Amino acid sequence: MSTATATHDEAHHEEPPRGLKRWLFTTNHKDIGTLYLVFSLVMLFVGGVMALVIRAELWEPGIQHVDPQFFNAMTTMHGLIMVFGAIMPAFVGLANWLIPMMIGAPDMALPRLNNWSFWILPFAGAMLLATLFMEGGAPAAGWTMYPPLVLQTGDAFPFLIFSVHLLGISSIMGAINIIATILNMRAPGMTLMKMPLFVWTWLITAYLLIAVMPVLAGAVTMLLTDKYFGTSFFDAAGGGDPVMFQHIFWFFGHPEVYIMILPAFGVISQVIPTFARKPLFGYSSMVYATASIAFLSFIVWAHHMFTVGMPLAGELFFMYATMLIAVPTGVKVFNWVATMWRGALTFETPMLFAVAFVILFTIGGFSGLMLAIAPADFQYHDSYFVVAHFHYVLVSGALFAIFAAVYYWLPKWTGHMYDERLGKWHFWLSVISVNVLYFPQHFLGLAGMPRRYADYAVQFTEWNQVSTVGAFAFGLAQLIFVYVVWKCVRGGRKATAQVWEGARGLEWTVPSPAPYHTFTQAPEVK
Amino acid sequence: MSAHTLTRRLAPAALLAAAPAAGAQPGSGWGLLNLPQGVTPISREVYDLHMLILWICVAIGVVVFGAIFISILRHRKSLGREPARFHESTAIEIVWTVIPFLILVGMAIPATKTLIAMEDTSSPDLTIKITGYQWKWRYDYLGEGVGFFSNLATPEEQIYGDAPKGEHYLQEVDNPVVIPVGRKVRFVLTANDVIHSWWVPALGGKKDAIPGFINEWWTRVDEPGVYRGECAELCGRGHAYMPIVVVAKPEDEYRQWLAARKAEAAEAKAAAGRTWTRDELMARGKEVYGKFCAACHQANGEGLPGAFPALKGSKVATGPVKDHIAIVLKGKPGTAMAAFGPQLSDADIAAVVTYERNAWGNDTGDVVQPADVAAAR
Repeated sequence: MSTATATHDEAHHEEPPRGLKRWLFTTNHKDIGTLYLVFSLVMLFVGGVMALVIRAELWEPGIQHVDPQFFNAMTTMHGLIMVFGAIMPAFVGLANWLIPMMIGAPDMALPRLNNWSFWILPFAGAMLLATLFMEGGAPAAGWTMYPPLVLQTGDAFPFLIFSVHLLGISSIMGAINIIATILNMRAPGMTLMKMPLFVWTWLITAYLLIAVMPVLAGAVTMLLTDKYFGTSFFDAAGGGDPVMFQHIFWFFGHPEVYIMILPAFGVISQVIPTFARKPLFGYSSMVYATASIAFLSFIVWAHHMFTVGMPLAGELFFMYATMLIAVPTGVKVFNWVATMWRGALTFETPMLFAVAFVILFTIGGFSGLMLAIAPADFQYHDSYFVVAHFHYVLVSGALFAIFAAVYYWLPKWTGHMYDERLGKWHFWLSVISVNVLYFPQHFLGLAGMPRRYADYAVQFTEWNQVSTVGAFAFGLAQLIFVYVVWKCVRGGRKATAQVWEGARGLEWTVPSPAPYHTFTQAPEVK
Repeated sequence: MSAHTLTRRLAPAALLAAAPAAGAQPGSGWGLLNLPQGVTPISREVYDLHMLILWICVAIGVVVFGAIFISILRHRKSLGREPARFHESTAIEIVWTVIPFLILVGMAIPATKTLIAMEDTSSPDLTIKITGYQWKWRYDYLGEGVGFFSNLATPEEQIYGDAPKGEHYLQEVDNPVVIPVGRKVRFVLTANDVIHSWWVPALGGKKDAIPGFINEWWTRVDEPGVYRGECAELCGRGHAYMPIVVVAKPEDEYRQWLAARKAEAAEAKAAAGRTWTRDELMARGKEVYGKFCAACHQANGEGLPGAFPALKGSKVATGPVKDHIAIVLKGKPGTAMAAFGPQLSDADIAAVVTYERNAWGNDTGDVVQPADVAAAR
């Protein structure tokens, strides 16, 4: 453990400086975790407001509030901000807070790099948001940035590319740090197969990030040179191929969806055993299932593009490979259910979100399996069925797991119990409205409504209105979450070190709130 | 009972189960819950496959969610439950790895069969080339010398709420693509500017139209009728405004329609060579402008600041005629301004340039003849 002793010098034992300087110059994993989480919460609301603009315009057919070009900019920015600004940073924030405490390390392995990976983010995010005010408007070609359409972007174009580069650099540095921490700084006795599942899922996620973020950076750089430097990577007239961008993008994009869901699996695998008061069922098969999903994520990318006209053999390969993902994913779901089975369950807010995650993520998994069937995908592709699918896995999946995590560890972070009654209000309003919001989108897509439409045929009005009602209800319910967190930071009933009766793991052995420095002496893990 | 007949029998039950108890009348939006069966052998196979997998998912869901709810209701601490201690079982883990795998194999077999049939575009009875444009479709009947653009027919007043919306709001076009029933129609798809996707749910799917590449797809429609669809790949501001209408006619009616189209084309060709009056040019120009230019430059010629430049009082529309014709013919690389040379006839370009140079106070007085355009090509 020479790395561990090398990273805490004398200065670290002092109390943190006060004010802005503390946050700007911090190398403390807890501070940086907090920064990530606050940033992602802000971005959740920014992206959420964009979603409400979309849903407001879709209240009825016709153009009422925004021009179709701005509508397209909203769908594009909403996607980019939620993926790169809200979901990913939230999980990195959780990793920062929790991984050192879970493996008995004093901090992250590379604290200065850690500071830098965070502080790139607000600049990247601000640059992306600034495109809203540029000549020609914000990027409006979808978060997938397909050429040739994306090459029609106005002044915003280079800013889009540069902010994607920055977001990628931030993610890669964060991933390097997480891998270095997990592989080098585990407490004595904390073997790999004793690590909490959250640490395992993040270790695998970090490898995915390092593997695919450079691919995205390459793809968008080729877009940049196509637009400004006369190359024709994606221009058929110059011997290029617009479909090649889609292959490269989705080679990044499919692992990217697992980057957003594997840490969620980790969170759920921590929360359910605690409130079932029973150890996780099938720990080692959970680890292997996570690794299998990560491996498969590299060989299924073209199921996002069945309709581009691939050879039959290619379509068959990607269909079969995609269907295979259902096997390890099924194992995970069955293991969670088996963990609950014959436990002694209680339903505090984190558990409520975790149970909702298992059910709603599984619904998203079912629609994913349907989408994998290539001939049926020729109908589903680019319809609202797809929108419903990925929001079930990302909102009632990844986001619900983040909520579960925040409620679960908030007492450890703040030293106070959150307001359980308000937490339950937040849960019930969210879980009802999220289904009102997204379930009808399955109907819309099957009945023939394409996605990314600013305007639609009259027969789609009814279910769009239901969806819009759900959207505003879901948006408002999140204000409760902000209030609960704010209230919990300010005060509340004192939390014990263990916080939850069934909680197991090193992070529950330190006092609540966790002191500024934990595990400066490595604990012994038996 | 085969899986397919099972799914057919269960389908109405699924619709009933999923519909809200009140207000679900067939025909209204509330009743639109499922994939249409469509009107081709392939679309029905796709529908059966969809229902098969849906029901398998429902069955798995009942088991998994059932176990969760039993756990929630019965394995509660508040009922005085002591937690069990078990945390692994190799046997049960093998079972729930192998069974899903076998179910997947069961799904893959019919899916493979359908996919192979879908991709077999060999020996068609006729071939139609479909070209996607921002934001309209063009259909060319290969070998017949018939080709035309298909534009949204919904008036702008309906879109912006100045008129009540019609029954086929955003799903109506000026020139539908007409196909004969009972014939294997092969589509070859490409695009002129960005990627589009040609989707008619009743025909069982969609295929992307990609600039510089040719995709293939086919259909055989059983019943005469009008089938509506739309562009499914984000293609810019007018993505929602380039619908598809397919009219399937009996063979003889299709032949009549094709003959009438051919006669029209010959007439138009004859008209192009002569000298036009200013009024003729302005009237034709306004029509062409509405179909090809107004989506970006707007009907009032003011464009959309930042995104699409104004023509009213612009340098192009009031400067040298030669440059104006050139930009319409060849487009402006790196922008959304497409090259209209390959899309429009000399007469149409002459008319639209004349219109742009004399409308909205651009009173240049210039009159451009088809011959001027031919010379500039």
